[in-house]
Amino acid sequence: MIRVFAGLGALVLLLFAASLLIGPAGLPVSDSIDALFRGEGEAITLVMREIRLPRALLAVMVGASLGLSGAALQGYLRNPLAEPGLIGVSGSAALGAVLAIQSGLAAAFALALPLAALGGAVGAVVLILLLAGPRGSALTLILAGIAISALAGACTSLVLNLSPNPFAASEIVFWLLGSLADRSMQHVGLVAPFMAAGTIALLSLGRGLDALTLGEDAAAALGIDLARLRLMLILGVAATVGAATAVAGSIGFVGLVAPHVLRRAVGAKPSRVLPASALGGAAMVLAADIAVRLIAPERDLKLGVLIALVGAPFFLRLILTQRREM
Amino acid sequence: MSLLTLTDLKSFRRERMVLNGISLHIAAGEVVGLIGPNGAGKTTLMRAALGLIPFSGNSSLMQMVPRLRARHVAWLPQSREIAWPISVEALVALGRLPHGDTDPAPVTAALHRMDLEALRHRPATELSGGEQARVLIARTLAQQAPLLMADEPVAGLDPAHQIATMQVLGDLARGGHGVLVSIHDLGLAVRHCTRLIALDQGRIAADGPPREVLTPALLHRVFGITAHFEDTPQGPIFQPLSTV
Amino acid sequence: MCTFLGAPAMGEFLGAPTIGDAPQRVVSLNLCTDQLAMLLAAPGQLISVSRLASDPRSSAMARQAASWPRNAGQAEEIFLLNPDLVLAGRYTARATVSMLERLGIPVQRFDPASGLDEVPDRIAKMGEVLGREAAATALIARFEADLLSLRYEVGTVRAAIYQANGYTLGSGTMAADIMEAAGLRNLMADRPGGGRLPLELLVMRAPDMLITSTPYPGASRSEEILSHPVLQAMALPRANTGPDWICGTPYVLRAIRDLQEAAR
Repeated sequence: MIRVFAGLGALVLLLFAASLLIGPAGLPVSDSIDALFRGEGEAITLVMREIRLPRALLAVMVGASLGLSGAALQGYLRNPLAEPGLIGVSGSAALGAVLAIQSGLAAAFALALPLAALGGAVGAVVLILLLAGPRGSALTLILAGIAISALAGACTSLVLNLSPNPFAASEIVFWLLGSLADRSMQHVGLVAPFMAAGTIALLSLGRGLDALTLGEDAAAALGIDLARLRLMLILGVAATVGAATAVAGSIGFVGLVAPHVLRRAVGAKPSRVLPASALGGAAMVLAADIAVRLIAPERDLKLGVLIALVGAPFFLRLILTQRREM
Repeated sequence: MSLLTLTDLKSFRRERMVLNGISLHIAAGEVVGLIGPNGAGKTTLMRAALGLIPFSGNSSLMQMVPRLRARHVAWLPQSREIAWPISVEALVALGRLPHGDTDPAPVTAALHRMDLEALRHRPATELSGGEQARVLIARTLAQQAPLLMADEPVAGLDPAHQIATMQVLGDLARGGHGVLVSIHDLGLAVRHCTRLIALDQGRIAADGPPREVLTPALLHRVFGITAHFEDTPQGPIFQPLSTV
Repeated sequence: MCTFLGAPAMGEFLGAPTIGDAPQRVVSLNLCTDQLAMLLAAPGQLISVSRLASDPRSSAMARQAASWPRNAGQAEEIFLLNPDLVLAGRYTARATVSMLERLGIPVQRFDPASGLDEVPDRIAKMGEVLGREAAATALIARFEADLLSLRYEVGTVRAAIYQANGYTLGSGTMAADIMEAAGLRNLMADRPGGGRLPLELLVMRAPDMLITSTPYPGASRSEEILSHPVLQAMALPRANTGPDWICGTPYVLRAIRDLQEAAR
């Protein structure tokens, strides 16, 4: 168990360093490290501190948020198919973010962007919990997710198509597939508090989610306050996924793959799957973001494309195993 | 010492009265069998007593804050839900949640008592239904609560494990615990319960020692059956014979 | 000094008659053919221009375009105008244009101009298809004379075009020619055509000046890159591209003059 966490931590550190050192400019490693820690305003220092550092930090933060949210939603619904992207939380957060940007709120008041994304995410999580019921059956969960995703996606496209800005319409693909290109330390600072608060809220759910392994009745009789747990889950997922989506667009499948791959390695207890999935998600997004820069450095290949290539087969496999168990 | 006191408990579901004025005590040292036909309100009674569903009247359990209540009463629901492939040992250790400790002694004792030591590292989801039932009972034992409420704990077990499970409940009672167990198998109930409470349409139809509760009149009225009931050197034997 | 900096100068070409079988009902579907046609057409010859022609963010002749009916480029709408010639860009609404051709309407396609030397070609072609060769010849002569008087020697200031989504323009583009005519060295001259330039490559190339696009109303993520902290930290002098940069018309002269002033 400790070995799994140590391995994951080392992997994240390694990928974080790689993310800092890999880029289209092909800077020498020693110069890059030197510039990052000791530079004084020359071009390479600017590249390291203002371009690569925020990108690598956001990859960790966004990946951890998505992995953790996926694990928490799965723990609560006791269904390995629950994932913020698939059930429409990311899509609704993107709608909130797009509304904040296009209405000019985000320009007038920077916090409006993450707050609006959080609002969109809250709406989706509440709707999913209402539609899927206390124990989300796979079918209702996925159907409700499809409906919410489609609606949010359509509204996002509508808002962007109606924008007076000709670039807005071409950004539909960013909001649907996500990218970390050209983000800055301002973005890091803007979303970090939301992600930190959401992460604390979700990690605190470990005990309750463990108890929920035995069902709602057993968990309540073990002294778990289910109403409070549900509230913390909604706020935690909305804060982390909302903040992640506000700066990186919707990136699907991270919250599905990370818990799925790591569950058995950490003994399947939700309280252990939560932190493991956060680390796993961070590693996944870091790796994907390195890959998009290596595959097509000048094209801004979308992160979601790459992750879906890995994630969708996982999703199909999960559906197959669930069908066998039914 | 009374471990559970219910006073005039009433519960409605969709405007239908499911419990209609239930009052009872459970004391330490008792194994109380809750019997009655399907729909009599056995599960509802236990869930209401635990505060899991809305009710009117009084349950002594509701005077405690949730965490203390969880140390006072262990609840084994009928649905044997195990959502994740966690190990048997980890599942049983969930019983320690209300105590907030990771004391291995009660967990080991519970595993031993339910004959699960060989399975302790196996993922609980990969066990047979009967093995899972024993694991879930072991979890309630690890909780070390004075009162145990179990909904149909022996349903689906093979005869040996049915008997073993009822003996565990008896041992608990002899060790100073109180047990309230709903059960359909009247033969097992008669042999292992110190007292039976017969529910009929949300009311208590009879409450007392098995011999006094399972009268031909009650069996006819509540269960619609006739039965053979005999005290033997091997203990009481109860066998339903026919429907009426 | 430069005739094409003011719109009224165009009036002198109007009024001359068209030659024999010249088209009488011309519809333009493309921002650049709109402008060439407005500059050269005889009165009444051009019956509709595209909607973009009157958008001040895209069109160098937005004000003049108000005098012509606008079209939205839909095949049905164009067909009902009963044109005897449709002007289109090489890449505009191919489906619409080929449908109009199937309906028997003559279509002339214009390639986008990729350099200052192509401006006279485009003017000449427009003169030809409209039957306004004399007007075109005069316009070309004025353009070439003005360009000659305006052109600077390329100096030492290294400038880069950097637009929404990090889009930059290298050699063989109208923008590159405008920069050079204005006396600036194009930092991206070693790359042909247009494309995305990752921000960190721009920073490492250390330009002396940035030529960026004017942000559109209604925010977009694509344009956020222009206010990235790293560009602010570099604190480079900036100039803007605009409608004058887009088409191969004499208005590129105005773009050159404006850029010269901004770089001074």
